[in-house]
Amino acid sequence: MPKDTGIGASSKRREDVRFLTGKGRYTDDINVAGQAHVVFLRSDMAHGRINSIDTADAAAMPGVIRVFTGADFEGVGTIPCGWQVTDRHGEPMQEPPHPILAQGKVRHVGDPYAAVVAETAAQARDAAEAIVADIEELTPVIDMKAALADGAPKVHDDLKNNLCYDWGFVEENKAAVDEAFQNAAHVTTLELVNNRLVANPMEPRVAVGDYAAHDDSSTLYTTSQNPHVIRLLMGAFVLGIPEHKLRVVAPDVGGGFGTKIFHYAEEAFCTFAAKAIQRPVKWTSTRGEAFMSDAHGRDHVSKIELALDADHNFTALRTETYANMGAYLSTFAPSIPTWLHGTLMAGNYKTPLVYVNVKAVFTNTVPVDAYRGAGRPEATFQLERVVDKAARELGVDPVELRRKNFITEFPYQTPVAVEYDTGDYNATMDKLLELIDRDGFEARRKESEARGKLRGLGLNCYIEACGIAPSQLVGQLGARAGLYESATVRVNATGGLVVMTGSHSHGQGHETSFAQVVSDMIGIPEDQVEIVHGDTANTPMGMGTYGSRSLAVGGSAIVKATDKIIAKAKKIAAHLMEASPDDVELKDGAFTVAGTDKSVAWGDVTLAAYVPHNYPLEDIEPGLEETAFYDPNNFTYPSGAYACEVEVDPETGKVDVISFAAADDFGNVVNPMIVEGQVHGGVAQGIGQALLENCAYDENGQLLSASYMDYAMPRAHDVPMIKVDHSCQTPCTHNPLGVKGCGEAGAIGSPPSVVNAVIDALQSAGHDVTHIDMPLTPPRVWAAMNGANATGGGGTAHGRSVGAGDTATH
Amino acid sequence: MEMTGTRTIAAPPQVVWDALLDADVLKECVPGCTEMSGNPDDGFEATVVQKVGPVKATFRGQVTLEDRVEPQSLRLSGEGKGGAAGFAKGGALVTLTPAGAGTELTYEVDARVGGKLAQLGSRIVDSFAAKMADQFFERFQNAVAPDAPDPAEAPAPEPAASAPEPAEAQAAPEGGETDQSKEKKGWFRRLISAD
Repeated sequence: MPKDTGIGASSKRREDVRFLTGKGRYTDDINVAGQAHVVFLRSDMAHGRINSIDTADAAAMPGVIRVFTGADFEGVGTIPCGWQVTDRHGEPMQEPPHPILAQGKVRHVGDPYAAVVAETAAQARDAAEAIVADIEELTPVIDMKAALADGAPKVHDDLKNNLCYDWGFVEENKAAVDEAFQNAAHVTTLELVNNRLVANPMEPRVAVGDYAAHDDSSTLYTTSQNPHVIRLLMGAFVLGIPEHKLRVVAPDVGGGFGTKIFHYAEEAFCTFAAKAIQRPVKWTSTRGEAFMSDAHGRDHVSKIELALDADHNFTALRTETYANMGAYLSTFAPSIPTWLHGTLMAGNYKTPLVYVNVKAVFTNTVPVDAYRGAGRPEATFQLERVVDKAARELGVDPVELRRKNFITEFPYQTPVAVEYDTGDYNATMDKLLELIDRDGFEARRKESEARGKLRGLGLNCYIEACGIAPSQLVGQLGARAGLYESATVRVNATGGLVVMTGSHSHGQGHETSFAQVVSDMIGIPEDQVEIVHGDTANTPMGMGTYGSRSLAVGGSAIVKATDKIIAKAKKIAAHLMEASPDDVELKDGAFTVAGTDKSVAWGDVTLAAYVPHNYPLEDIEPGLEETAFYDPNNFTYPSGAYACEVEVDPETGKVDVISFAAADDFGNVVNPMIVEGQVHGGVAQGIGQALLENCAYDENGQLLSASYMDYAMPRAHDVPMIKVDHSCQTPCTHNPLGVKGCGEAGAIGSPPSVVNAVIDALQSAGHDVTHIDMPLTPPRVWAAMNGANATGGGGTAHGRSVGAGDTATH
Repeated sequence: MEMTGTRTIAAPPQVVWDALLDADVLKECVPGCTEMSGNPDDGFEATVVQKVGPVKATFRGQVTLEDRVEPQSLRLSGEGKGGAAGFAKGGALVTLTPAGAGTELTYEVDARVGGKLAQLGSRIVDSFAAKMADQFFERFQNAVAPDAPDPAEAPAPEPAASAPEPAEAQAAPEGGETDQSKEKKGWFRRLISAD
């Protein structure tokens, strides 16, 4: 039976009322009295040496308050990186400084090298035009393999070369993996690109810096997924502001998808400049700026090899990946192609030997970091594509090949460090097959063919590690932060309560689902529970929202804090009822004593806590407020099976997604409607990656796709109705809610099924096409069908990630 | 971006050569040019107002001439900066060969754009450049040899993707020349024949 309230109910999202009626309060809605506006002057070349910057004319322009250049930030810290990866030889990664404004060189199109603060944004923009910069153009490095060649121009002159790190995982397995390949009955090899994407949250980034001279404190309002992380990084590493003098507020945030995790130069600039000019300073990104200053996602070039024995058991897996870091290391960039990617290469399969090599490369492009899925989509795409290709080469059913190799016993220790606590991959596959009517596919294909279209069915499995993350483990892996989560539950005298969470909601519906959890635990209406987040001044130190962690980690902290509240409330109730606390039960908002008819209401107990006239003051303190920090002891492992049916127009190469189905195992589900919405959004982004989206650079490092004219976002008509099922539930074994996280699954699981489906369609018409690189635009698909260069330029896989210069259109 | 082309101009190579090195001719012929100064030895400085797709900007730039072999060939290189719109830079090899009473002019252009021009305009830069070339040579033809029969090599400007610029309207479609362009006809030739 569907529930009406509490855990398991599809409560309507309370936050949507303000979002849908235009009453959300976003960072750009925040205007501080007396604020000035900053416009950044950004490099229009990919690589150049700054000989001089003449700001005199600009400084004299109307309304200009001050013009800043890199020289103003000498002695100030640089934007830090939050993760240090150790390479195959035990050496730490190369870590270049990332100044707030470029010093010495500009390193990508969009790199800011001057900033004008003026009374209005228009005046600042005009004055920025008057800055005369003598920047000597240098040869850029764009292609990753070329960037690693001897003698290649260096993005950072002080580094040895453009190689950030060369990572091997698990290095000790390398020889055994190589040997398994020598003994394999069959080896399937695939070279592919995971295309560079731009996150494109609906709300561009905004920062407002404010300085209060009366108490020497700074406030930053910013579009962030994790205000405490920004406070720590910016305060401690960039500007030297102690945390008790720095407040970071991330109010309503209109989508993040990872790109709003990171600490950006513009945040530090506004905070710094507000103090320097003693005026609040505001920056609002334009959409064009967002394309060249928000961290990008993906951009891997990989070769994957799968070894099988004569019975089609997977015996070993080997990958080599070039991962683009861009020009600077964004906050979590080094961890994405390594610990969030290599550890997932076992997938849903009991492959005993896995070796992953990743070369992270600096190029003269926008920095690359986490984007919805972050490393796990890259792992899943390679693996599920190569498994599909192996099935085709061997002439076996792709479902049966997968089933044969599924992990079926849990917990399962993978050869790539992580231990899956629970899962049932056959169950989600069974459910998927039920959803898609696989037996009816041939008839549907014939029907399409009768209309002159090629029809394909693609499917794949996925597993991801989320609920990020056990702090001690990630500390050993190079994280420079803990990844616990926090919550404070403050019960008011009249029984309502406020949950102050370190998680941050930017579309996920926390205000609804977190309230469902607490209301369910206490037995009070959901509207008695207020969820507060996004302000370091009124929430405990938390790590924010990414990696599908909010319910699994943040929700667990809320459960722990609420457990403490209930334990204390029971003591108060026991006192009121003159009973032993051990005999007191809380149900439906009332405390009872087992075996008696004694009862006190929740509100009576909360009132007693704040009006302690009849209260066990000798045993417990007044008040009812508890804080908990929850540090998970493992990742969570959502998994599932996805399928996609496409029609390809053989005349044009146009791909239409006809149907899509997702069978997920998210463990327990708090709000099924929100979960379904998360999957919908993720699948739409996955279809976008597979068919439409491509961040393209030309060989000179010019960003070619910096508007919606050239960067094709999925639209409603590109996405079919999506069948979503989450009835297969193997609850997480190590968090109190038994939840696994659902925010990224759709984006992780969907691209391979789309590409598998297109390949299936082409093969059905006799085209010997085994791979097409994403996005599968009509020109690429048409070229593949007609034996032309299917990848849009660049003879090698390395050349294909950038430099191809082709962008998709609707 | 690479662009090559050949035009037949109804004037002898020396006339074409002199015109190509004349700042006033260039100012008249370069679409959107509002200022042009300099000389062949020191190079030219120019200001050009143009709209590439959604990006409208004033470009200021220098052009230098190298490898001059009068009246056969020369190499131009230059760069224009358009402020927030980005930049364009490149070079062109121009060769002149006698063709009957006229001149066959061949050009090989290698140019590239940066900044907002690349971000927003890359899809249309090639066709924009082709249109610029067409306009330039149509005006150039009119400047040096107004009475020549319409050279087939100078195709009409292609349909504009965006609203036509005033300059483009001035360039006039084939057949219906405006009074304004009639006035200008052959002024360069008149100038040099008066010498």
